[in-house]
Amino acid sequence: MKRERDILVIDDEPIVTQGLMKICLAEDLTVDGEGAVSAALDRLTTTNYRLIICDVMMPGLNGFQFLAEVARRDIGTPVVMTTGYSTVENAVQSLRFGAVDIVPKPFTTDEMLAVIHRGLAYGRLRDGAPARPTNACAEPRPNGHRLGHISWVAVEPSGSALVGVCDMFVKTLGKVHGVELSEPGSEVVLSNAAAVIVADSSMRFSVMSPISGTILEVNPAVIGNPASIESNPYAEGWFYRVLPSDLEYDLRCLTKCEAPQGPSAPG
Amino acid sequence: MSNFKQKIGFKLTIAVCATALVTISIFACINIRSQRRNLLDEVERHAVQICEAVKSSTEYDMLLNEPHRVRETIKRMGNQQSIERIRIINKAGEITHSSDAEEVGKMVHKNEESCYACHSRDRPLEHLEMKERTRVFRHSPSGPRILGIINPIYNTPSCWTAACHAHPESQTVLGVFDVTMPLAAVDRDIARGQIAIAAFALSAILALSLILGILVKLWVDIPVQALLKATEHVAAGDLGYTIEEKSSDELGMLARSFNNMTRRLSEARLHLVQSDKLASLGRLAAGIAHEINNPLTGVLTYSSFLLKRSQDRPEEQADLQVIVRETIRCREIVKNLLDFARQSTPKKSAADINEIVGRAISVLDRQLTLSHVTLVRDLRPDLPLAVVDSNQIQQVLINLIVNAADAIGAKGGTITVRTAALRLPVSGVTHIRKAFCAKHHDLMDRDVKMGGKPAVRIKVRSEGREGFIHLNPMYGETTNIQGMSFDAAKGAQFLCPECSTSLMAEDRTCPSCKAPLFAFEAPPYGRMQICTSRTCGWRRWEAIDATAEKDFIELQVSDTGCGISKSDTQRIFDPFYSTKGAKGTGLGLSVVWGIIDNHEGTIDVTSEEGAGSTFVIRIPLKP
Repeated sequence: MKRERDILVIDDEPIVTQGLMKICLAEDLTVDGEGAVSAALDRLTTTNYRLIICDVMMPGLNGFQFLAEVARRDIGTPVVMTTGYSTVENAVQSLRFGAVDIVPKPFTTDEMLAVIHRGLAYGRLRDGAPARPTNACAEPRPNGHRLGHISWVAVEPSGSALVGVCDMFVKTLGKVHGVELSEPGSEVVLSNAAAVIVADSSMRFSVMSPISGTILEVNPAVIGNPASIESNPYAEGWFYRVLPSDLEYDLRCLTKCEAPQGPSAPG
Repeated sequence: MSNFKQKIGFKLTIAVCATALVTISIFACINIRSQRRNLLDEVERHAVQICEAVKSSTEYDMLLNEPHRVRETIKRMGNQQSIERIRIINKAGEITHSSDAEEVGKMVHKNEESCYACHSRDRPLEHLEMKERTRVFRHSPSGPRILGIINPIYNTPSCWTAACHAHPESQTVLGVFDVTMPLAAVDRDIARGQIAIAAFALSAILALSLILGILVKLWVDIPVQALLKATEHVAAGDLGYTIEEKSSDELGMLARSFNNMTRRLSEARLHLVQSDKLASLGRLAAGIAHEINNPLTGVLTYSSFLLKRSQDRPEEQADLQVIVRETIRCREIVKNLLDFARQSTPKKSAADINEIVGRAISVLDRQLTLSHVTLVRDLRPDLPLAVVDSNQIQQVLINLIVNAADAIGAKGGTITVRTAALRLPVSGVTHIRKAFCAKHHDLMDRDVKMGGKPAVRIKVRSEGREGFIHLNPMYGETTNIQGMSFDAAKGAQFLCPECSTSLMAEDRTCPSCKAPLFAFEAPPYGRMQICTSRTCGWRRWEAIDATAEKDFIELQVSDTGCGISKSDTQRIFDPFYSTKGAKGTGLGLSVVWGIIDNHEGTIDVTSEEGAGSTFVIRIPLKP
């Protein structure tokens, strides 16, 4: 019988591990810390965790290799990545390998807590679902692409693109209270924060943009009625209409949306 | 300088002087000769006249057979200064009369000077040409020259019919008059003339050499030396060296071209060096960011954790908020550093530069007021929109204004921000990005790059062979073709590599060499026409030729601060180069440089130590 714990923190920097453990303990979460991927993998053979927080760049095996190993062993635990070197490549790679989210260092307690909250919810949601929500992108229109399970983009015939948040992201944050969007004319950058969803718990969840470009239009409906993000994130719940700056590159970084499959899929 | 004798000025001077020496010498020789001959001719003519005068003045006395009167006439005439001696020699060689009385009656040998002209041959001549009557000789080898003239006395009817019957009718020549004249005076004149001509020739050569030497020095030697010195400077790496452009001749043009070349070279080098520095800075920054972000994570998590936990202690809250806020600021700085290091392409959109200036100033307003800096805005009101990354341009302005404020220091001063629109020529910076045949097949070959850019691929059919050529996509002054050899004169055909549709422009020929042209669509600038002759290189891209000028927005930030020393102006854009000591990171201006470079713009600085600096940025309206 495996031990049950809440969170495993993997970082080669003790101060980061200690800090993260302190945050978790304050939230009454049981937490373990490891300085290397190999030790963490050993620990995973004896203990079940609800969430793993792992650094990308580490001596020995790195975060990507850890993600691959977790997938290979079919350990169902959600993983949140952190990185001191936050590049588009690192973010895209992490999400593609199955990470729930990636948090650039340095982060505040609240920022990390929000992601931890979402990671735990993600695990709960998946455990409850009959099938793994690998492509839980109920994309109603063609040409949809997603960045992990965080945000989606759909290219319109005019060349502009609609950007919104994925349903998995919304489902993991609780009840939506409000949304903070950027002004039209400002820039969004792939894998950089583009919007903040505020939950009823007053936690703030930042949403990474799936595309780089200039915001042409902000969806007024979503500001007036933030609940539309919950009810239909792929249609009425869109955030921005964006003029892409390098669509070709961005699309290569994203995953193509597939029609939802399995018994849980509607229609 | 290696060797004085190898100098071009010296060689030129020597060559011209040698030519002058030879020609003037020849001229002087000819002159001296002709003068000598003229003088001699004059004397000769004089002698002949005297001879004739003596002859005619004595003839009557001869006919009267009054020898004493003849003798008297000869004696008197012979006493004249210009005459050395007058004598009459009869047929037998006896001196019958002479101005020198002692000679009279003596015999003269046939080989004597007086007789030689006629008696040198076997049979004595009876008639003597005028020219042959004179001769020049000396009595002794060191004596003065003497001119002798003989005048034959021919037998006339009056001679043999005279009462004395001294001469029979059968005799042809009765005797000769022999007049000799000293040439000492004439020789003196000749010598004087020779000296005068030689002196003239010599001074002419000297004057010519001097004038030529000075002119060669002035027009050739000095400019060539200046060029040489400049090349040595450039070879030693000093690309900032310029030649003074004084003259408008070929050497002046050469100097101008040289200055132009070094200027372009130094710009290119600056760009290269700067790019190289930025690349290494990128690697360094990536390393630093990674290292710094971990300790920052510690600070931020602990402080924000404390902040969260201390909500019941407001006095601590305020302090903790400062720590959190400042750490978040650090996070932004590191993020910007990383973004910069990655040389992220600017996220451009049409923006009003004046508005960006306003935003940048509003950020710094308070800080500037505190440091007694007056900020003057000289913004052109109807500035056209420029396609820029507003955030980056704002960053540029903030960096420049902060630098200006630092340069002004505590004593206070003025910063002026000026915007203007201007139109400048574009120098060969456009290249072919897309190219299509008539059937819209893509001609760009992304596998073959020329100058780092995909080349244009075209099929050529020439003299029964087929092959491919690649054109350099850069639109410069001439076409640069690589690949298969072909001959336009032998009807080479240019075809689309996909569908073999002819690209030949049948209706036109090259305005430069009359060879046929080929053409293709090169959007968005329309049709490009190219000469088929490999050696000609003519091409035209009308839409680009028409827009020979580009609109720029000029942004100036000037201050009344301490200025920048000349040695520093070369280095201020270098990463980590700072004159602010511990106060600065040395990254501000290199960030500025990187941003402006990414906008395909230029940045220049002019500065006077103690009086202030002006940074001038020019950004193209459209990228």
